[in-house]
Amino acid sequence: MKILATYNIKGGVGKTATAVNLSYLAAQDGLRVLLWDLDPQAAASFLFRIRPRVKGGGKALIRGSREIDGAIKGTDFDRLDLLPADFTYRNLDLVLGATKKPTRRIARLLAPLGADYDVIFLDCPPGISLLSESVLQAADGLLVPLIPTVLSLRTLDQLTEFIGGLDGKRPDVLAFFSMIDRRKRLHLDIASQLPAERGDVAATAIPALSLIERMSVERAPVAAFAPRSRAAQSYRQLWDEVKKREL
Amino acid sequence: MQALSQAVVLAADDPGQPGEAGVLAALAPRFSVHRTARRRTVRRAWLDTFDWRLHRAGFTLEYLTGRRPAELVLTGPDGDVVTQQASRLNWPALPGDLPAGPVRDRLCAAAGIRALLPAARALSTVQQLRVLNEDAKTIAWLTVDHTAVSYPAAAQLPARLQVSAVRGYQPQADRVAQLLAAAAGRSGAAGCPLDAALAAAGRHAEDYSNKLAIQLTPGMPGRLALRTILLDLLDTIQANVPGTLRDIDTEFLHDLRVAVRRTRSALKLAGDVLPAGLAARFAPEFKWLGDLTTPTRDLDVYLLGYQDMADGLVSAKPAELAPFHDHLVGQRGAEYRRLVRGLRSARFTRLITDWRAALTDLAPARGGPRAIDLATARLRRAHRKVLRQGQAITPDSPAERLHDLRKRCKELRYLLEFFASLFGPQAHQRAVKDLKGLQDCLGEFQDRQVQQQELREFAGQMMADRDTPATALLAMGELAGQLGVRQHRARAEFAGRFRDFASPASERRFDALTGRASL
Repeated sequence: MKILATYNIKGGVGKTATAVNLSYLAAQDGLRVLLWDLDPQAAASFLFRIRPRVKGGGKALIRGSREIDGAIKGTDFDRLDLLPADFTYRNLDLVLGATKKPTRRIARLLAPLGADYDVIFLDCPPGISLLSESVLQAADGLLVPLIPTVLSLRTLDQLTEFIGGLDGKRPDVLAFFSMIDRRKRLHLDIASQLPAERGDVAATAIPALSLIERMSVERAPVAAFAPRSRAAQSYRQLWDEVKKREL
Repeated sequence: MQALSQAVVLAADDPGQPGEAGVLAALAPRFSVHRTARRRTVRRAWLDTFDWRLHRAGFTLEYLTGRRPAELVLTGPDGDVVTQQASRLNWPALPGDLPAGPVRDRLCAAAGIRALLPAARALSTVQQLRVLNEDAKTIAWLTVDHTAVSYPAAAQLPARLQVSAVRGYQPQADRVAQLLAAAAGRSGAAGCPLDAALAAAGRHAEDYSNKLAIQLTPGMPGRLALRTILLDLLDTIQANVPGTLRDIDTEFLHDLRVAVRRTRSALKLAGDVLPAGLAARFAPEFKWLGDLTTPTRDLDVYLLGYQDMADGLVSAKPAELAPFHDHLVGQRGAEYRRLVRGLRSARFTRLITDWRAALTDLAPARGGPRAIDLATARLRRAHRKVLRQGQAITPDSPAERLHDLRKRCKELRYLLEFFASLFGPQAHQRAVKDLKGLQDCLGEFQDRQVQQQELREFAGQMMADRDTPATALLAMGELAGQLGVRQHRARAEFAGRFRDFASPASERRFDALTGRASL
């Protein structure tokens, strides 16, 4: 079982769209996939039409008083399940803080699911917190969507430095450009130069397309409702790159 | 990921009942139904062993072939479904010969050494529908199945709606199943489609068992009770002939053989209640039939236990025993051909035809014993014989005495089985249990002795072939040694086993059985 997290300190960079589409494509490849929507905003749950509610809330899951297995919901797609968000996830840092070895908690909770799933995606909320530290310890691969600006690159460096300072297991970082605006020279320049210069930046970039925004109307992965679109092809290309590197 | 919720069967030709569309309309307004492109034609074969081991254990095995890759689908007693892709399978097949996978693992445990045969075949048109909640989220899959059975008889089954819950939505799926069942009216929920396919052919599952399936009554004439027993045994013999002739698995011959042995015992122990001369006329023919089956069965036993024997070698390597295996296979081939000639002979056909005619024409005897009196008297006599012969055995007694005692024990056991329906099931089971421990010990003693003698004969035959390596004969020597140790151990256990059988408590139980019977 591989654990892949979509993560960035910044919000609104395309983490959820990436987690939803890549988990769908992984399941289409025949893998058994679980997506855990860790963001209390519950965008991934919404996109799969699953109500963002977990009995006992995040506290029960993190403390282990409620089996993760029982909270999982099947999506409309074969082999793809979702562990929904819950509004109480906003307090996960407090709950984690009250447990022993909080940074290893997520890894411990996911370990028993190894027999049921080939890949687990974690869709993380933005920010650096105890939860993100626990996710970083659990993940084998960290998928970091970046908007091609100088500030975003600075954030990636901060993240890489932070991970370098972690004790124990560290995830393999793979950043990729997201929401590229083809009309902006700066976007195109950075997106074409950087993958050649840095080994932790993927060659695939996801363009800013209205079809990706349309996911919230269709409430489905773009690769499901518009499989031949450029948006779907971009995610397919990214998934191929991630597969080669992480699986 | 899906879990089976419930199946609903629509009434076939009942104009008073709603059709498929009417039933589905019952889901509104809480749920809506969305038709998908998932419509396909599937060829399905339901498989089971000849003695229905899967059905008895609550399993249903289907082999589905069509446009998609062929797959085996095993539904467990709790409705859990395991699937495994397996293309180009031919039936019958032994579970161990199926491609490796989760279905094979479960089948090996449930079916053992018996082959899987088609119990029914059908062509199904399957349409999948999504059941959506108010968020337009799929909460269950509905499979609508229109099935035309082609074997064992042609029949159109009523449409079947099967609800499978999407993970995490079981309560809603159960609700869907309830709404469908309520709308479907009296037909509602129903058993598995295999049962329906068999019923259409006038058959039912578990219609064969190697155990006696008879119901005697205490007051019926003893002669008619014996006739009922012998006819059931004759049915078993005949039921196993085709499977033996096709060599589907080893147990057809085994069941046939046991039924012949039971017939011979019945003739010996109670044949006097039949018209004069009938038992004497048929007994030699059944001896001939029994003897005909012995060599092949003995070789089957060797081959079935071969791997365990090879794995149990300490000094020799299992591979060194391979020439012995080849020899057994060769011998078995020759003996099996002889057996087939026998079963296809006019003598066998005549025996079966004449025996059935003789039993069918049998009239009740005037003044003969009642079934209960016959059972009690013969059981007591057989029990006395076991006690008398067992008590006479000392540590110095020759092996033949133990062999004789084994035969008496078998006779007592058969009598218990023949007349089981006359006694309370608990008392009967206790009596069998008391006897079984002794029988197991005597069986181990004699079988291991016979196997040692046979090993020597095999070694002699193999010596005649100059290519047989010395290592093979040495490995067989080690096998003979191991068999000798086991025989010796069984001999040492005999006194204790017999003491248990002849204990006052066991005797009281037997007296209670036969005493209650005479009330």
